[in-house]
Amino acid sequence: MLTIESINTYYGNIRALKNISIDIAQGEIVALIGANGAGKTTTLKSISGITPPRTGRIRFMGKEIQNAAPEKIVAMGLCHVPEGRHIFPQLSVMENLEMGAFLRRDKAEIKKDLDYIMSLFPILAQRRKQAGGTLSGGEQQMLAISRALMGRPKLLLLDEPSLGLAPLIIRQIFEIIEQINRSGTTIFLIEQNANLALKSSHRGYVMENGEITLTDTADKLLSNEDVKKAYLGI
Amino acid sequence: MFSLQEIKKSGIAAIWFMFLTFPIMVIRVNPLERTIQWRWENMLYVGIGVFAFSFLWREMLRRKEMGLKKKMQEDGSEKPGFLQKAAENPRLILPALGLVMGIALLFPHLVNPYQISIMTLALIYVVLGLGLNIVVGQAGLLNLGYVAFFAVGAYTYALLNKHFGLGFWACLPIGAGMAALFGILLALPILRLRGDYLAIVTLGFGEITRIVLENWGKFSGGPIGIRGIPRPDFFGMSFSLSEAIMYIYYLMIAAVILTIFVINRLQNSRLGRAWVALREDEIACQAMGIDKAKVKLSAFALGATWAGMAGVIFAGYNTYINPKSFTFMESVIILSIVVLGGMGSILGVVLGGLIMILLPEYLREVGHYRMLIFGAAMIIMMVFRPQGLIQSKRKAYEFQEDKGAA
Repeated sequence: MLTIESINTYYGNIRALKNISIDIAQGEIVALIGANGAGKTTTLKSISGITPPRTGRIRFMGKEIQNAAPEKIVAMGLCHVPEGRHIFPQLSVMENLEMGAFLRRDKAEIKKDLDYIMSLFPILAQRRKQAGGTLSGGEQQMLAISRALMGRPKLLLLDEPSLGLAPLIIRQIFEIIEQINRSGTTIFLIEQNANLALKSSHRGYVMENGEITLTDTADKLLSNEDVKKAYLGI
Repeated sequence: MFSLQEIKKSGIAAIWFMFLTFPIMVIRVNPLERTIQWRWENMLYVGIGVFAFSFLWREMLRRKEMGLKKKMQEDGSEKPGFLQKAAENPRLILPALGLVMGIALLFPHLVNPYQISIMTLALIYVVLGLGLNIVVGQAGLLNLGYVAFFAVGAYTYALLNKHFGLGFWACLPIGAGMAALFGILLALPILRLRGDYLAIVTLGFGEITRIVLENWGKFSGGPIGIRGIPRPDFFGMSFSLSEAIMYIYYLMIAAVILTIFVINRLQNSRLGRAWVALREDEIACQAMGIDKAKVKLSAFALGATWAGMAGVIFAGYNTYINPKSFTFMESVIILSIVVLGGMGSILGVVLGGLIMILLPEYLREVGHYRMLIFGAAMIIMMVFRPQGLIQSKRKAYEFQEDKGAA
């Protein structure tokens, strides 16, 4: 579904990504784990066109997207949930969700999706009229994810969904991520919380200093000695 | 309430203000007799005044805090104030609208031409405020050079009339279009700027426009300006002076109604929602697939369009323009109209425009203190009612709750 072929992304003269290659197949949950500053977020931003790569190719559903504008990429069905949630603080929960369907014009379908999301996150249904900024961190993360779902993405990019949340909430969020995946959305997520991320995903990539150092199925990564030592703290 | 600490606080405030106002309140230089008069008693008055006022100030702040606590309802939303409620009550809207329209239509028959003239000017500023409201209130892009578009409109009419003899009605759309073009020209290089940087660049743009007009004598007539701009005609019919004043007034009423109608539609459109989203969070905007560049450009261009239109009407209203009408001060006044009235709120901006322009006209006796009062009013507004006179209320997009239809 998504094929990244040796992309290099720069911030000015600093090379943040070094020949990154990633493959994501339809229906998978793929996790990208790594330490702070490894380049995980940059990878996502390169995919979604916010910081386009200088060299290399990204193919999504057979089309090259490395030079496409962010809004075109979203329109193709690739939605990015940015790090730190970035919900619209003054808009109500409902309006936030409707912003997620900004590119769609099929009102009946939008309504159906709204109902689906309300059933997925009952707490959001309760708080539909409340301003997004007054939600708790966990609720904001749920809102960010469901807002992205409103765009009916084929591939969902999640940047640190566990950031700053309590362990109980994190578990809840990951359960929902798995549920979303089961209903047909492919998910590519990046996480510091390697243990939890790998437990939920099918495959994983490990990133260090802008390079992919390891890739395997999630189970094998979980039992890999190096990964255990470096990221799982065992 | 009269604890030692509070008295100490007020005392410090009093001393500070005595010090601040010392040069203007105490020293009076008489340049003819070459003497300096020391009015120490004024210092005392200031001190006592500030001392008393600071207690009042604190009391009001306390009340505001208490009020806020009371207003927070169970669902976390704020209870609307009286003005707010009146503005949103559907049963009141129609009669109120009728009343306002009636007064607006009868107004020129009840008062003298001077009053009509002032009201027309206020309405021009209302249109300007509504236009800037798109850029600042909706899209959240601080524009301190908005008056430049106003100037573009006014000079478009003046120059086209002078050189090509084009009439008012031909120039109205051209002026609006020219201003929109300038809006896009300004917006293109600053798409990536936000906040303070955006404010500085737009401020510079406004000043550049004024300075060009002031110094390019051959083109714009320089500081002397352009005289003899014809008043608007009515299908070739021209009017006597008093009729023309009334005519422009009605024209302005029509322009305000048109502006409100269009802006109201814009606010509730996809573009309007994109503006609000842009104001709230740019990164999220990108993630939603909103084309940031296009949305910003459209905000600047559409905002400028109204300024250009207002400029054309202003040139026709004044029959004379020079760069003095388009200084930075005007930008500030227009911005204050938006902020005072309530960012993003149409009704608020209309109210703000009327207050900001009419009050100084009617309080000409205290004209010297105009800026002082202005500043004080702004501070008081920001402390006690930062959301403006009438808070903006977005139309809620609620899908109906009937399960049967699906």
